[in-house]
Amino acid sequence: MNKLKKMLGIMLVFTLVTVLAAACGKSDNSAAGENGAKGEGASNGAKEIYFLNFKPEIAEVYEKIAKDYEAETGVKVKVVTAASGTYETKLKSEISKKDAPTIFQINGPVGYQAWKDYTLDLKDTKLYSYLSDPSLAVTSDGGVYGIPYVVEGYGIIYNDAIMQKYFALPDKAVSISSASEINNFATLKAVVEDMTAKKDQLGIKGVFASTSLGAGEQWRWQTHLANLPLYYEFKDNTEFDNTVLAGLAANEVQFKYADNFKNIFDLYTNNSVTKGALLGGKSVADSMAEFALGQAAMVQNGNWAWGQINEVGGNVVKAEDIKFLPIYTGVNGEEKQGLAIGTENYLAINSKVSPEKQQASIDFLEWLFTSDKGKAYVTQELGFIAPFNTFNENEKPADPLAKEVMSWMEKDVTSVPWTFAAFPSEEFKNQFGDALLQYVQGNQSWDEVVKVFTESWAAEKAK
Amino acid sequence: MQKSMKKYFALFALPTIIAFSVAFVLPFILGVYLSFTEFTTVNDAKWVGLSNYVKAFSNQDFLNALWFTVKFTVVSVLTINVFAFILAMLLTRGKKGTNLFRTVFFMPNLIGGIVLGYIWQLIINGVLYKFDLTLTFDPKYGFWGLVVLMNWQLIGYMMIIYVAGIQNVPKDVIEVAKIDGASRFQVLRNVTLPLVMPSITICLFLTLSNSFKLFDQNLALTAGAPAKQTAMLALDIYNTFYGKTGWEGVGQAKAVVFFVLVALIALVQLLITRRKEVES
Repeated sequence: MNKLKKMLGIMLVFTLVTVLAAACGKSDNSAAGENGAKGEGASNGAKEIYFLNFKPEIAEVYEKIAKDYEAETGVKVKVVTAASGTYETKLKSEISKKDAPTIFQINGPVGYQAWKDYTLDLKDTKLYSYLSDPSLAVTSDGGVYGIPYVVEGYGIIYNDAIMQKYFALPDKAVSISSASEINNFATLKAVVEDMTAKKDQLGIKGVFASTSLGAGEQWRWQTHLANLPLYYEFKDNTEFDNTVLAGLAANEVQFKYADNFKNIFDLYTNNSVTKGALLGGKSVADSMAEFALGQAAMVQNGNWAWGQINEVGGNVVKAEDIKFLPIYTGVNGEEKQGLAIGTENYLAINSKVSPEKQQASIDFLEWLFTSDKGKAYVTQELGFIAPFNTFNENEKPADPLAKEVMSWMEKDVTSVPWTFAAFPSEEFKNQFGDALLQYVQGNQSWDEVVKVFTESWAAEKAK
Repeated sequence: MQKSMKKYFALFALPTIIAFSVAFVLPFILGVYLSFTEFTTVNDAKWVGLSNYVKAFSNQDFLNALWFTVKFTVVSVLTINVFAFILAMLLTRGKKGTNLFRTVFFMPNLIGGIVLGYIWQLIINGVLYKFDLTLTFDPKYGFWGLVVLMNWQLIGYMMIIYVAGIQNVPKDVIEVAKIDGASRFQVLRNVTLPLVMPSITICLFLTLSNSFKLFDQNLALTAGAPAKQTAMLALDIYNTFYGKTGWEGVGQAKAVVFFVLVALIALVQLLITRRKEVES
């Protein structure tokens, strides 16, 4: 009996040791495999790169591109997409892993500050030399750390079919006869308020689609709309070459054009499809659907929203009826103001991965923006207005909003740059967005919103 | 046998100890260390001493979240346990359909927190829309929404534990009490309750710690809106860690404080209720 127990014990020990050895052996093997791959990489370049994508709406296109690229060059591109609004979170956890992203994105100079230990200097790459305007890149001390890959524009998108229906009404209260004649806030307000009064005749539920103020859905107001008053405020500061630099240097803001912000924001919420108190439950997707279904005549958003308008089931808006209008807020001389055009998406290469992987990543990006196949993807499927001189006149995106953005860029107006690249932090934007929600729900006065804006700017800058 | 158990103790315990230290002890120590540093990713930490803790406690969001969590925990622990106990009493009387009802009440517990949060958001918003309101209009809607959600999810689970406890109460003891002329309430108060004390201990522990560290439901239902007024501790820690650049260390410090709090409360509660347990 005792002998049996002993035997069993020995057998158990033996099994355990075997399992342990097998487990260790396995990890040894994988380490050896990796070393092998590295050794190979020194001669042939890395076999796999990792692209952390920022835009969920085009994730599928990137998968296709990756497949094509692998077929052509043998380099596997791993594409991972962060869910909407979680890019920083995802990046933070992914980049500390052993298999870190080799290509990631930073959102301008503020984002660069957070990730400067991880960004590679791209000054000597061909990709940088292809930029049609090198000043668009994120630079620091002579190094180039972020390369923009898409120029976007936003403003008020309107459905011209509804506008024409309105202007054809015999009892319209304004003298102009087409939406393209709207060139300042006073005219816009007159048109919008008259349209609200006649919304039953026009067959719409409201002039503007819902002002989405749910958590994570406020960016159209706390970032994009807030861009305008701050652009004008920083423009008044003549010490700096551009408004982003002025913004980055500003430890405090006055919110001098707060009333202009209130003008347009009140116009949005008072003439909306949805009542103010319900806006906390609305998302951007809701408001784009309202626009696509013809329930609203206007919506503030950018050219990236074309996919969302186009893909809504039961969409009634025709591509040729979709037009852009700049966001007028009642500032003097705004007749010459254009759309807000810029970028917050900059490609960066991870400086902490092996040089082979860095080179392979750069090769992939150069392929994407210079080869015929890559360029076809960029213009036709990604719909990017790419800021590179490798694109010919006929290689421009075909969607109506992107075309509108390009035609506005050629008009005799001044485009508003994306000054929000200088906003101090996400936290600042969220606090302002929360205050806006409280304001439309009637829980806070406008003065308190202004106070939150200036105080949280100062607080976030002080850190 | 006893002897050979001792002999091989290390051998049998080793795998578990290794797994436990790799998956729990080491990350925990690293986490405590990180709460004294400033870092972007865990590989590049810089020692800053206690300043993260100072920042955490001078941060109004954290204190608000703490207070909100305490209020929520008190209300939900009380309601969940009272309802679960009543249900358990009703479902141990041998009435028809008892098993069906037990299953039905238990089922919400099988649904994940995020899904529950979104479902209840739809339900509550659907009702509030009729009054031109939404969940985010006022923090009190979010608060009661969370309480309802938590009740719905946990009552069934706690009920099962109470049912097991109540079924273990010997029938003859109750019989004797009844023959001695005890009223229903007296039986409940003096016989049943002391004998199901172990169940009460475990249920209180589960509801208390679950309410205190609630995260998914909070994120899905309100995500802290309006203006972070319905953010609970776990959500606030998450927001600090991921939402504010340069505040990762502070988030870590908050997490350590959070751990100490949960551990303390759970231990105190266990001590108190254990003392009330009697041998049947």
